[in-house]
Amino acid sequence: MKPRISMAVSLMLSVSAGTAFAADQCATGKTLEAGKLTIATGNPAYFPWVIDDAPEQGKGFEAAVAYAVAAEMGFESDDVVWVRAGFDESIQPGAKNFDFNLQQFSITDDREKVIDFSLPYYSSAMAVLTTKAVVDAGAEPTLASLKTLKWGAGAGYTAVPVLTDLVAPDSDALLYNDNTDVTAAIQAGQIDVALFDLPTALYLAAVVVDGGVILGQFPADRMENPDRFGMLMEQDSALKACVDEAIAALTSNGKLAEIEATWLSESTGVPVIK
Amino acid sequence: MANGSAGLTRRQAYERKLRHRSLIIAGGSTLAVVLAIVLLVPLAPGWEKVKYSFFNGEVFIKTFPKLLNAFVLDVAIFAWSVPLIAALGLAIALARDVRNPVLYPLRLFGALYTDLFRGVPVVLVVYLVGFGIPGLGLPRPWNSPYIWGTVALVLTYSAYVAEIFRGGIESVHNSQRNAALSLGLTGQDVMRFVVLPQAIRRVIPAQMNMLIALQKDVALLSFIGPVEIFRQAGVFKSLLANFTPYVVAAAIFLVVTVPATRLADYLITKQNRSRS
Repeated sequence: MKPRISMAVSLMLSVSAGTAFAADQCATGKTLEAGKLTIATGNPAYFPWVIDDAPEQGKGFEAAVAYAVAAEMGFESDDVVWVRAGFDESIQPGAKNFDFNLQQFSITDDREKVIDFSLPYYSSAMAVLTTKAVVDAGAEPTLASLKTLKWGAGAGYTAVPVLTDLVAPDSDALLYNDNTDVTAAIQAGQIDVALFDLPTALYLAAVVVDGGVILGQFPADRMENPDRFGMLMEQDSALKACVDEAIAALTSNGKLAEIEATWLSESTGVPVIK
Repeated sequence: MANGSAGLTRRQAYERKLRHRSLIIAGGSTLAVVLAIVLLVPLAPGWEKVKYSFFNGEVFIKTFPKLLNAFVLDVAIFAWSVPLIAALGLAIALARDVRNPVLYPLRLFGALYTDLFRGVPVVLVVYLVGFGIPGLGLPRPWNSPYIWGTVALVLTYSAYVAEIFRGGIESVHNSQRNAALSLGLTGQDVMRFVVLPQAIRRVIPAQMNMLIALQKDVALLSFIGPVEIFRQAGVFKSLLANFTPYVVAAAIFLVVTVPATRLADYLITKQNRSRS
């Protein structure tokens, strides 16, 4: 409950204070290195979140959001420093090497006990990736049909609880280290279907998996916890208020939606799972 | 002895006193170290956070039953891998001991096999066999990661086990073979009744160590899908943003590996005693 209240407070702050409390004062002295904003992403960072694993080019959804937030907070793009940090390094007790970390981290109550999340910068539907062979064999975008398939997912993602709670497949799901391994298992025919956030699934189906097909998506309202991506910060980070303020501003002036339209594919064609 | 009624000679009494003293000193120093750790570590400024992340009672209780359940899979993979590894390992070791020139290719194969599989990381073999072979187009259920993961473990571990067996076989002196041959035993019988019984007995402690290593490497199968204890712990870590599930997994592993290690130690000591 607490995080909600703090979110609401920071939202109100950003709305009432608006531009008066203009950007650069807020973050002054609160960053890791004075005058610089250190942002972490994954190693490697995946398409379409970061294009070509080169976040400093500002291409890809998350890279673009990072630069937009930095600009909103009063940092020039030259003042943005990129580092790489995985989830484990982000939740370890002790000093962090970044101001904030964005790599499709889903906001959950359990995680918020240990780390701080910014306001969400993206809400994702979950999508089911499969191959044409499986569809030809009769798989349909209905829960009843999905239950009978052999499932896989990345172990570190919030897709796992969605899978066990919402789909509850008949045979135990197989779990993998990362997206690369999940797609290898699909390709090897060891699993029929896998669960990803929609933009990742669209990319994998189009580019990585031979004969890849998106069977359907779970709309955000079907899930108890829609997958909302937040920027991860050290617990009780002084910077959180500034980041939240920047994201709130980008949301209300439509800039976030604009970046989304630029970098994330159109997802309206994907059937909704019944 | 004249003072037999007292029970101890002066020398024995003196040695007993020395023993007592060293026991007291050993106990005291151990206690001091343990106290220092127990009292000093919590004084470190980050202790509360470390405790929360790694030794979280709430998370422990929440994750223990599921982790124990996942551990059953580790035990199962271990149980069906061991006989396969022992059989293949022994076969490779025997291949390397072949002395008939016609069968030289077999010997060469044994040497190449052990060189290759001892030199390549287990993870690579697990990936290559676990994803690669099913990727060739095997139908279900023959592409199961359980089957090919087991194959990967068996391939790697039998290379190590074969080398240990070979060491044991070579430790049986040649004169014994010659003696057995001169008694009229065939080459096969010499190996079966003279060399192997001694060789296998000699390498049991070393093979115990391989078993302990295998118990932990079973977790590598999680790379290709099976949700065993280490993978389950990883899922909990990710969901709860807490490392305690790994500590729970380690504790469960220790319950099995510590007795196994002690048994190996005991066997080694026993063997050393019987040799000297």
